[in-house]
Amino acid sequence: MIIETKSADPNQTIFSALSCACAENRQQSTLPAQLTAAAAAVLWQPITMADSVSSEEVAVISNTDITSTESENNIINTMVERGTALLRKLEINVAEAEKRTGKNTVNMQETYTVYLIEIRPAETEGGTPAAPDTLWRRYSEFELLRTYLLVTYPYIIIPPLPEKRAEFVWHKLSADNLDPDFVERRRVGLENFLLRVASHPVLSNDKIFFLFLTEEKGWRDAVLETGFQDKADSRLKSLSAMFRVKNPDKRFTALKQYSDELNTVISQLLRIRARVADRLYGVYKVHGNYGRVFSEWSAIEKEMGDGLQSAGHHMDTYAASIDDILEEEEHFADQLKEYLFYTDAVRSVCRKHELIQYELEMAAQDLVQKKQQKEELATGTVRIFSLKGMTSKLFGQESPEQKESRLAALEQSIQEGEETVKEKNTECQEFVRAAWDDIERFKEQKDKDLREALISYAIMQISMCKKGIQVWSNAKECFSKM
Amino acid sequence: MSGHTVPADFSEHMLDLDEDEDLEVFTKNTSLPDGSPMPNSPSSMVNQYRLEDDDEGQEAVNTKDIFVTVDHPESQVTAIETFVLYRVVTRTTRSDFDSSEYEVRRRYQDFVWLRSKLEEKHPTLIVHPLPEKFVMKGMVERFNDDFIETRRRALHRFLNKISEHPILSYSQHFQVFLTAQDLAPHRKQGPGFLSRVGETVRAVANSVRGLKSRPEEFAVMQEYVDDFSNKMCCMDKVTQRIVKEQRVSPVSVLSLISCVEYVDELKQYSPTYARWGELEEELTEPLKGMASCVVQCSKEAEEHIQHLSEVLVPALHEYVLCAETLKAVMRRRDNIQAEFEAKNEALLTRKVEQEALQEEVDVLADRMEQANNSLKGDWLRWQRSMKTDLRSAFISAAEKNVEYYEKCLAVWESFLVSQRADSSGGQEDVA
Repeated sequence: MIIETKSADPNQTIFSALSCACAENRQQSTLPAQLTAAAAAVLWQPITMADSVSSEEVAVISNTDITSTESENNIINTMVERGTALLRKLEINVAEAEKRTGKNTVNMQETYTVYLIEIRPAETEGGTPAAPDTLWRRYSEFELLRTYLLVTYPYIIIPPLPEKRAEFVWHKLSADNLDPDFVERRRVGLENFLLRVASHPVLSNDKIFFLFLTEEKGWRDAVLETGFQDKADSRLKSLSAMFRVKNPDKRFTALKQYSDELNTVISQLLRIRARVADRLYGVYKVHGNYGRVFSEWSAIEKEMGDGLQSAGHHMDTYAASIDDILEEEEHFADQLKEYLFYTDAVRSVCRKHELIQYELEMAAQDLVQKKQQKEELATGTVRIFSLKGMTSKLFGQESPEQKESRLAALEQSIQEGEETVKEKNTECQEFVRAAWDDIERFKEQKDKDLREALISYAIMQISMCKKGIQVWSNAKECFSKM
Repeated sequence: MSGHTVPADFSEHMLDLDEDEDLEVFTKNTSLPDGSPMPNSPSSMVNQYRLEDDDEGQEAVNTKDIFVTVDHPESQVTAIETFVLYRVVTRTTRSDFDSSEYEVRRRYQDFVWLRSKLEEKHPTLIVHPLPEKFVMKGMVERFNDDFIETRRRALHRFLNKISEHPILSYSQHFQVFLTAQDLAPHRKQGPGFLSRVGETVRAVANSVRGLKSRPEEFAVMQEYVDDFSNKMCCMDKVTQRIVKEQRVSPVSVLSLISCVEYVDELKQYSPTYARWGELEEELTEPLKGMASCVVQCSKEAEEHIQHLSEVLVPALHEYVLCAETLKAVMRRRDNIQAEFEAKNEALLTRKVEQEALQEEVDVLADRMEQANNSLKGDWLRWQRSMKTDLRSAFISAAEKNVEYYEKCLAVWESFLVSQRADSSGGQEDVA
């Protein structure tokens, strides 16, 4: 294979060339995914355009009879095939949920749910799957992990957790955190979270994340030892402070705006969905009443009795089918919710950039001020009002020795200031570079995922229509026989 | 026939006065439809007839010699009132009609008159009910827009049911109704109001006395009528003058209302998806596709709802009214029996006037026998007719449901196809 380097970034081209070449062999082996993954692991570069090149790598839905769980698996497969070093080694599941009772931090009895994380080595050819390593985690531990990641990787769009409390409910769903349906959906969401992190080119290499998956007892201490909380506190304080950046980065401004609008749109969609679900439920259930009336009516009719009775059964079937339909639709809502929460993460990255930018601007401004002070002092002109200047005017000039020492101090300060500005500048540039890499990755992931979600929604609608056709065709036959 | 001029605040003035009660139509913004004319030619009427009926239809088609249509409602404004006139067209080959074609204008009151005359003459025949005078106040208002159209269809059905009836269709009153340019002189004749009062009084008196025993077959009939009425009411509530809101759940109306509410919410999706589409780049196509799918599905749903409200709901409604008719018929038959029994008892207990009483008893006995036989005969006819009508209404509703789902299926499938075409087509330019 001859690989020609075309673009400025040799790494990027190697990826894409490898992928291309292997894509042709795609049918025979799973080589491409592993190659890209291996290349990524070696070079520790974010995988950007390269691995999204061939959609053949993505599981293609070829028939409409696929269920939504299969479709969900397809999305997970997408993440797995993208291939990080971690996912090459391990398979991750959140297999179960269990209720526990125990004493909490204030020594009160509480009931909570724990989730079982299963880790097993990735499947080897022809081998039987080994028994998994398992540990239990509760939601608050997931939250701790995420906070750690947020602080440690401020330039990364950190995958969101499933919602803490059920929102956008329609009337049937319980908003109770201990409700089995809610718990089940949360289990799926937590697994999704872990897989998102595990498939992230940067986050998957994090030690604390690895320990989260493998070390049940010692993990909490390990996290706290990183001292991330100190950074968290100071960062949070600054983030909540009001500040204005003089020269905002247009790309980040646009991104923040997009993120806010996306948030609004998805929220609206979810609200509508809840109302539509409620109404649709009503429609189906009313038909259940037909079933009951037909059944009673059939008792008094001689000729029409049988036809009415069996038609009534079909009405009952129709009415009952709404539960499954809405459960599947719930899955679509969860996919939307993930991206709703992602918008918060995006916004957070933008804010962090603003903060860094602001700090840089402050440092630069500070440096300028100091330089001006030095100039004033050196030339003896007072261009800017300062207390020192005033006092010297009123009480007389200071002595040359005093002036010397002050100048020296200022020099020192200026030097430090220049260092700071240089550091901040580098920090800012690094942040911007790393952030935009991740933002590009995120955008592609989002486009792909949401497209898949819309497709599976359509598939679900088709399935619902097919059921409807069947039920009503059956009913029609019963009526005809009346 | 040309169009209609409707005063803007037509609904406010719409009163349909009857001698007994003051009636109000609780409607808002009633507007006249664009007169969709019923088919006029006998052959197309035959075809329509054939679609509606089954076994009974087959015989009748071969022998049907009278065709009646009700169409072209037009509002009439006078100094005193506003009402609607319907055009009634008759085509017939019957010899007892002077002409083969007639066209007259009739208002709702005229139909009421006809029906009461028929019931008077044939107390134990099942005369098809008329559409009611009022509309339930709680009804979804959009249906009130079609109030006149709904009523027109029901009046059309009424006249057709009469014309199909082996006995009633030969009634003299029926002929007058169909042919006289001006019905007024005919309406003034006959017992009318007073006779109805007399009937009511007798009915009350008899119910106090009590029936000795109902013949077996009529007892069974009564039970069926009560149950049937019950079931129909579950499916559809008879509209009464609403004093307070009654929260009985009529299934057919409920299912319509729930469908309407569903569609209203569903429509909200489309602008939101469109807005999202504008926000995105890669996702614009699928999102716009979603918006369009929702719009199409809402349209299908609305068509479906329209059909339900035109076919199933009126059909169920009619049979609720039929149930009331049946009850009235049973009462009248009971009264006739009661009168006979009363006279018979007098005959048996009194010693004087034996001859005169015997004559009266004989007359009443004949009357009773005739009444019973009429009812027995008509009962079978009615049952067959009911079965045919409701069966065809349910079949039609089921078919429409299938059609609705088939159309939606097509919408989503084409969306899927377009999405897959996009994703496979867009991978040409690889690095």
